[in-house]
Amino acid sequence: MTAALVQLTAAQAGARVRARELDPRELFEAYRQRAATDELNAFTWVAEAPAAAGPSPADAPLGGVPVAVKDLFCTEGVPSQAGSRILEGYRPPYSATVVERLTRAGAPLLGKTNQDEFAMGSSTENSGFGPARNPWDRARVPGGSSGGSAAAVAAGLAPWAIGTDTGGSIRQPAALCGVVGFKPTYGACSRYGMIAFASSLDQAGPLTRDVTDAALLFGQMVGRDPRDSTSLKFPEPVRLPHADSLRGFRLGIPEELTGTEGGVEPGVRDAFDRSLELAEKLGAAIEPCRLPHAPHALSAYYLIAPAEASANLARFDGVRYGLRVDGEADLLTMYSRTRAAGFGLEVKRRIMLGTYALSSGYYEAYYGTAQKVRTRIAQDLHAVFERFDLIATPTSPWTAFELGAKLGDPLQMYLNDFCTVPMSLAGIPAISIPCGLSDGLPVGFQLAGPAFSENRLFEAAFALERAIGYDGSPARG
Amino acid sequence: MTEARPVVEGANHTVAAADGYEPVIGLEIHVQLSTRTKMFCGCEIRFGERPNTHTCPVCLGLPGALPVVNERAVIFAAMIGLAFGSDVARRSLFHRKNYFYPDSPKGYQISQYDEPLCRGGRLGDVRIHRVHLEEDAAKLEHISASGRIHGSERSVVDFNRCGTPLVEIVTEPDLRTPEQAREWLTLLRATLRALGVSDVDMSQGSLRVDANVSVRRAGSRELGTKTELKNMNSFRFLERGLRAEIDRQLGVVRAGLTVEQETLHFDPASGRLTTLRSKEEAHDYRYFPEPDLMPLEVGDELLQAARSAIPELPAQRAARFEHDLGLSAGRARELAFRGELGDYFERVVAAADAAPAPELANWIPLLVERIGSDTDPAGSRVAPEGLAALAAMVSRRELSRDAARTVLSRMVEIGGDPSSLAEREGLLALPGGDGQLAELVERAIAQDPGAAEQVRANNMKAIGPLVGYVMRETKGRADGGEVRRLILERLAPH
Repeated sequence: MTAALVQLTAAQAGARVRARELDPRELFEAYRQRAATDELNAFTWVAEAPAAAGPSPADAPLGGVPVAVKDLFCTEGVPSQAGSRILEGYRPPYSATVVERLTRAGAPLLGKTNQDEFAMGSSTENSGFGPARNPWDRARVPGGSSGGSAAAVAAGLAPWAIGTDTGGSIRQPAALCGVVGFKPTYGACSRYGMIAFASSLDQAGPLTRDVTDAALLFGQMVGRDPRDSTSLKFPEPVRLPHADSLRGFRLGIPEELTGTEGGVEPGVRDAFDRSLELAEKLGAAIEPCRLPHAPHALSAYYLIAPAEASANLARFDGVRYGLRVDGEADLLTMYSRTRAAGFGLEVKRRIMLGTYALSSGYYEAYYGTAQKVRTRIAQDLHAVFERFDLIATPTSPWTAFELGAKLGDPLQMYLNDFCTVPMSLAGIPAISIPCGLSDGLPVGFQLAGPAFSENRLFEAAFALERAIGYDGSPARG
Repeated sequence: MTEARPVVEGANHTVAAADGYEPVIGLEIHVQLSTRTKMFCGCEIRFGERPNTHTCPVCLGLPGALPVVNERAVIFAAMIGLAFGSDVARRSLFHRKNYFYPDSPKGYQISQYDEPLCRGGRLGDVRIHRVHLEEDAAKLEHISASGRIHGSERSVVDFNRCGTPLVEIVTEPDLRTPEQAREWLTLLRATLRALGVSDVDMSQGSLRVDANVSVRRAGSRELGTKTELKNMNSFRFLERGLRAEIDRQLGVVRAGLTVEQETLHFDPASGRLTTLRSKEEAHDYRYFPEPDLMPLEVGDELLQAARSAIPELPAQRAARFEHDLGLSAGRARELAFRGELGDYFERVVAAADAAPAPELANWIPLLVERIGSDTDPAGSRVAPEGLAALAAMVSRRELSRDAARTVLSRMVEIGGDPSSLAEREGLLALPGGDGQLAELVERAIAQDPGAAEQVRANNMKAIGPLVGYVMRETKGRADGGEVRRLILERLAPH
């Protein structure tokens, strides 16, 4: 029974609950047990039971289908540690807006998922609570930073999950684990209660088994929040996709982000090309296009994001919450000892980078220039969307790599975001769907569109997903 | 904290020293706005309550919390800018000012940097450089026997104040003396009070003043190296602190040395200046645009709301008192710069029929002297109509000036109408024509023939004791002018 239950997509399970054919408590318990016996280190905390608050599942839009939530979303009374030892055991007094919305829509909290510390990483190896594993091959990483969410959905430990994407942190782990990952338009979902990495880039989004689940979950996350000044009213209702063709879609293929000379593995490129052929058969008009500034996106990103992070992480000072390592009566010593003990290597590296980039005398050369590059990239994309409805790239240049393979080489690790960072800098929506396997490991196909083109994006991804016919069940064994 | 420098005692405090140096002073004023809620969250602003009872995830800097701009604070800041005639920017930016300290829960203060809300303008003789919005820090208390940071056993933080909206007003370096600085601050305080945007109470910290001080050769257009004098918490301390620092700098340049850029603290108890930070220790605040907030847009509606909320301001009121009502410039400022005195005075003028306004204005300081300078006369027992009636009695010579002061004192004590009070106390003026005064004049002359002789010899100084005798005998009820006239008539008939 349990095995059959977890084969259902979230939308299917929710529909059965709403039709009174499935007891939501049974559904919750099935997943709770799987999550509690997680061998992937995908979870950092698992609920005992659905929270008492919340609507009657059978009458709620999400039908009582439990959701796994990335650790960095604040959840009232529940450990919210952002993958960091500096917040070990921290239980916030309030919940993130997105979590509240999902609870109200009938998706109770299943558990908190592992992540790279403060979302800084592409492998979940930077977690203060040990790395998460990829269900396709446990010697390999699940990607990151939302690696716990991606692994949990891929392995059927959770029906669906939410994560955050700053430079690719939803899309890349979704690609490496063979699930759908969607990064919305910047501002579509409230950031209130998300422990910040880089405020101008962070965005919450779903990780799901298919595109329908992504649209369904996103539809309940979206909306202007008076507590987040950068959130926006979504201009139209979010629709569940139904398209069975891509007729009328003009699809641009940016040369700069797809060439093997840019580091895309041949196996990844092959799977990508096969999907493009399918798209063409579905009626899409496919043409190459140019994003001349895209190759500089990674450099700009690794100045802007650490600069913002250096300020965002200043609050972890041992004064009010989280870890404190006392100094001998000296404030500065307490600060340095606390932060030295609480932050991991990558976090320290980025705080140093960001602090340097903002320092007097360097600001214009680094932060200022990076912002100009960011503007150029947004202009490039804007120009491309004059001619194309969407663009497509591989999500990640490669498939899941072995644990430790890139840990000693930060620049190699940063290249994980090569294809995903331009969309983050421009604030536009992008989705990664599984498009097949390369050497037995999943490959991600990324589609991106102009701001607020979510509905179009879901339609295209849905049609393509059906044509690809990807079967993720090996990972859910 | 490094070594303390004693203030040079008895040094020259005047503007341009004899050897041609002049001080140059600019002020940076922090004003707590009296909005109901904080700058970036919905917590109510309350002082003097139990620590950490008006806090939330935002003002505690909890992980994940985000700021939202308080529109009321923007209106208040725009009102201040409009009152100065500043340019109010339609689009300005918030920045993060990064520094680590336990009073700063986020590790940065949200402030404005290179695109402030208001630029330019002036108040009185002083040009305004800029006006911007920011948030206040929490309050630190150091628990130890001495109350000093060093050697304190522990420190505790109260976040009730944290996030209170602040406006920072920066002047151009247009002030030249400590006295001038103090007087200008009085005008600023009156203006802010009239706008109703702040309690402007220095002792409570809702008005905080830092000063930039330098000295230069008089006539030079270049500015000398400045020092920053931090947080002087009363007008008197400000004046004393400025004096001490100007004297110190004059001492330095006269000795042929150069002033070092540094931040100083003036301790009013000891009169000492201590160095807080040298130039080398200056912070790099790593300002960058606050990514959690959109640019601050000021629309027509907000600007209109700010504009229409501005009442008559003290400087305009002083000008009206001076030009329309004929008050001296000094008296006009005295009344206009304390709004409640100006209001009371206007009610007295409205109630008066005969007495001229300058005459009425002279009674206000006398009343203030009796009720205490911190009391609003509108709350005293003296109704504006009563004061107007008292002034009228004096101008009709029904009451001598001295007697009127006594009546005023009685009015302050028990209230009531001046004419019945004067009558009951037997203070009504003795009319010159009824013979009683003439008789007293005769007695005064008999008492002091020497003085009388001198008056006859045209030594008018000698008339004093004679007038004084009559005034004493009448308990001040006699009209001094009339008494004088009678004495002269008697002793020097022409």
